[in-house]
Amino acid sequence: MADDWVDACAADDIDEEDVIRFDHGARTFAIYRTDDNVYFATDGLCTHEQVHLADGLVMGSIIECPKHNGRFDFRTGAAKGAPVCVDLATYPVKVEGGRVFLNLG
Amino acid sequence: MPVEITPRDYSLIGLDAKLAVETGLSAAQWYACPVPRKRLKELMKRKDGPAIRDTLIWFAALVASGALGVHFWGSWAAVPFFLVYGVLYGSSSDSRWHECGHGTAFKTRWMNDAVYHIACFMILREPTIWRWSHTRHHTDTIIVGRDPEIAVPRPPDIAGILLNLFALKSGMHAFRLLTLHALGQLTAEEQTFVPDMERWKVTLVARIYLAIFACVIAACLLTRSVLPAMIIGLPSFYGGFMTIYFGLTQHAGLAEDVLDHRLNARTVYMNPIFRFLYWNMNYHVEHHMFPMIPYHALPQLHEAVKADCPPPYPNTLVAYREIFGALYRQMSDPGYFVKRELPSSAKAVPYNHDTQVVAAE
Repeated sequence: MADDWVDACAADDIDEEDVIRFDHGARTFAIYRTDDNVYFATDGLCTHEQVHLADGLVMGSIIECPKHNGRFDFRTGAAKGAPVCVDLATYPVKVEGGRVFLNLG
Repeated sequence: MPVEITPRDYSLIGLDAKLAVETGLSAAQWYACPVPRKRLKELMKRKDGPAIRDTLIWFAALVASGALGVHFWGSWAAVPFFLVYGVLYGSSSDSRWHECGHGTAFKTRWMNDAVYHIACFMILREPTIWRWSHTRHHTDTIIVGRDPEIAVPRPPDIAGILLNLFALKSGMHAFRLLTLHALGQLTAEEQTFVPDMERWKVTLVARIYLAIFACVIAACLLTRSVLPAMIIGLPSFYGGFMTIYFGLTQHAGLAEDVLDHRLNARTVYMNPIFRFLYWNMNYHVEHHMFPMIPYHALPQLHEAVKADCPPPYPNTLVAYREIFGALYRQMSDPGYFVKRELPSSAKAVPYNHDTQVVAAE
């Protein structure tokens, strides 16, 4: 399990209440920072269509897809209504030494 | 040897639908003008204030014009008031369902939903069907066989456009679909974009709509007057002409099957009254490129991207000179379309004018 932690970015790379894209191998993820400095990670593409959520808008604990405005709670991955019907996968996140790590195991 | 252009199949279950998927035109990557993330976040920021203000003005104008129309009912003095009421009801509802359907007009979700449902009823667009149809429109904008909202297929149906100035064709179609949906059925095309889990909503809302119209008809019979229908129902028809006037400027006569909204959509400058009625949908290139930007921020977005876009049309009259010319020519030459000139700095975009896909015979 410990080996599955991946160094993704510096904690300061993400603004408060914002999201960035993180590509690892052939996969893409979205890493979020809330306005009270808690970090979360989900799959990077909207489950409705193949659109990068990192281009979307973070509002509280909601990420809104930039293409069709589908919304997810990025803490749980829960889809919050049409046009998104399928939840996002989420990943454990830890911050150590000013770096953000994702557990992709 | 000249390529012979064959008629396109605009249905969502035909040859062009299959071709669009096979050639990668469907659900493709579209061009977006570069806007710094920080600026984009500022523009995306949601507010309740502008939409609450505009909605209060809209409702107040509806009530005032409707009340005066009723007051003067039976005399010619009622005509201008019903004209105003009809446009507010049958035409302004177009932009309201649109912006609230995107969930961007208000910051508060239930306000978007409430105005969305009211406006959908006013313009006879069933909320679930149109939410999903518009989702597809944004995925595959003017991609033949994929976009259910191509207003002017080629060759253009001029008689249909004229009838739709008073929603005669679209309104009758809407009532046919309402009946079908109330019976729990969807068309084959609707089944391609409405998910199974949403279909119960279609049936429920269609039954509610028909029940409301039945009540209006009953009220007309009881009062032996058409006046109740002048308030609810008929304004979708007699007040719908501005929907067409505004709506045709969006895409009519422009390219099909391109992956760049600068080539298949128009931004047209409009006066403040039109922009209030249309909730800034005249910034249509910008809206398609960044659909999460609220209507009240579109003028600022326009300033941020206009150097990377073709010049906007200075007013609707200039836009219509182009549209009339294009549609007239398309009647005899369906392959014709208006080529928008991109700024010289524009990046190459796949499927631009010179690589347009044409269905094989």
